[in-house]
Amino acid sequence: MSTYYASLLAESGVLLLGALSVYIILATGQLSLGNGAFMGIGAYLSSWLTVTMNVPLTLALVISAIVAGVMGAIVAFPALRLKGIYLAMATVGFGEMVRSFFLNFDTMGGSGGFRGMQHIGVGYIWLWAGGILIAVMLLERSRVWLEMQAVHDDETAAGLIGLNTVVTKIGAFAAGAAVAAISGGLFAHHNVYIEPANFGFERSVEFVLAVILGGSTVAPGSLVGSLLLIFLPEFLRPIADWRLAAFGSLLVLVLLVRRQGILDRSLIRTLTFRRAAA
Amino acid sequence: MSTALLQLTGVTKTFGGIHALSNMICEVPEGKIIGVIGPNGAGKTTLFNTITGAYRADAGEVMLKGVDVTQWQSYRIVREGIARTFQNIRLFGSMTVWEHLLVAQPHTEAAWRRLLPISWANPAAQARANDVMEFFGLTEYRDRPAKSLPYGIQRKVEMARAVTAKPKLLLLDEPVAGMNHDEAEEIRTLMLRLRDTGLSILLIEHDMNFVMRLCDYLYVLDFGVLIAEGKPEEVRANPVVLDAYLGKDN
Repeated sequence: MSTYYASLLAESGVLLLGALSVYIILATGQLSLGNGAFMGIGAYLSSWLTVTMNVPLTLALVISAIVAGVMGAIVAFPALRLKGIYLAMATVGFGEMVRSFFLNFDTMGGSGGFRGMQHIGVGYIWLWAGGILIAVMLLERSRVWLEMQAVHDDETAAGLIGLNTVVTKIGAFAAGAAVAAISGGLFAHHNVYIEPANFGFERSVEFVLAVILGGSTVAPGSLVGSLLLIFLPEFLRPIADWRLAAFGSLLVLVLLVRRQGILDRSLIRTLTFRRAAA
Repeated sequence: MSTALLQLTGVTKTFGGIHALSNMICEVPEGKIIGVIGPNGAGKTTLFNTITGAYRADAGEVMLKGVDVTQWQSYRIVREGIARTFQNIRLFGSMTVWEHLLVAQPHTEAAWRRLLPISWANPAAQARANDVMEFFGLTEYRDRPAKSLPYGIQRKVEMARAVTAKPKLLLLDEPVAGMNHDEAEEIRTLMLRLRDTGLSILLIEHDMNFVMRLCDYLYVLDFGVLIAEGKPEEVRANPVVLDAYLGKDN
């Protein structure tokens, strides 16, 4: 495998985790446009742990995930009162807050960025990305996931059938934040250099885009979305300067034709040759 | 009668200056079917919403088996033993019938079981869902998206979802609204069978004939006020009730 494809693959692994972090939160009907911030927290914290504290990388990632998870839960509390676009706006605000914090955080380079991490390969990235994808796919068959779907579909009714919707929504934010932090840690140790601009609004939007494009109702949708988002613009290189425009049109087209994204339950059933239930 | 499963004393709910429910008093004994009737806007659904914690009562007490649940959050009231259905059906759009029956089950299992695939970790939940599905005759619709089913079946799915939570008291908000005679009969049979399993039912209904043939006791509401109560035949003969339904001097 050439270095070129290896780096694209590494990028899509990082993006897959970011997309899954949005997907988990979206499963409860909450749209987060601030997951780039959790990614940044994971990137900075894990880099500080490995470079300054000499903590092994895997442990550093786990610690970052836990810390980001707690922060996610804290962010979720004020978010409980917000719905729809208001919640999305609040998460944008949170993202900008975190980005400007790192911009002024001179201990770790401020706007100059932070370096010195050991480089990790594409294999290690996909070990995490694949592992977490499988974990989410298993979670999708659990009782907890059904409860998340219930909150997504009708929050009032969910409460009136005995579900604690507050715990479900906060839990989803915490889990999403933890996964985003892993994504950030892997990103930092693959690129061996990070700066606050890496974790801004555009990053958060990229995560959401991967989910919406690939399929927002099944976890493997995030995989499809991440691969497409990274590889498609590269395959469109022959049309040179027009490739991003072509990519954009393709995106609009997919959303017009398939609002749920490319992959959904029924397409998976067809692809795996299982008999349709209905 | 202190053995009542549910006991309401002086329950009042106001919206602005409107008394949607004034000083409501009623009780549901164990193993009985109790009806709440009254014209449109009489406060019947407000009563249900107040009992289940969707609204907070402004005054009065809701006691379930001697426990004051008046100010509790909805989910705790459900777990304590009151499940309900809705006047306008509220099923979950992304779920199959089977999933509805799993998601609403009692929260008794360990946390780790709830995080693992149900098919591995939770045979008890599956068995329970199967039993409820058979009881309501929904087995053939198991994997169908619940919202794609015919109206009458959706009503049954909603009842089944409520029953799967193992409640002591079931609140049904117009369970046969919009149904034809045969469908309504089927629901009536189901309700009698549920009562025979020891469940108590509190029922809101417009269809007077249906209520008369089913309920052990009736409460009649009008403009948020309890205007009459008694056995069906007593209520039917009560002139106050006739006035409320048909207008005075009918």
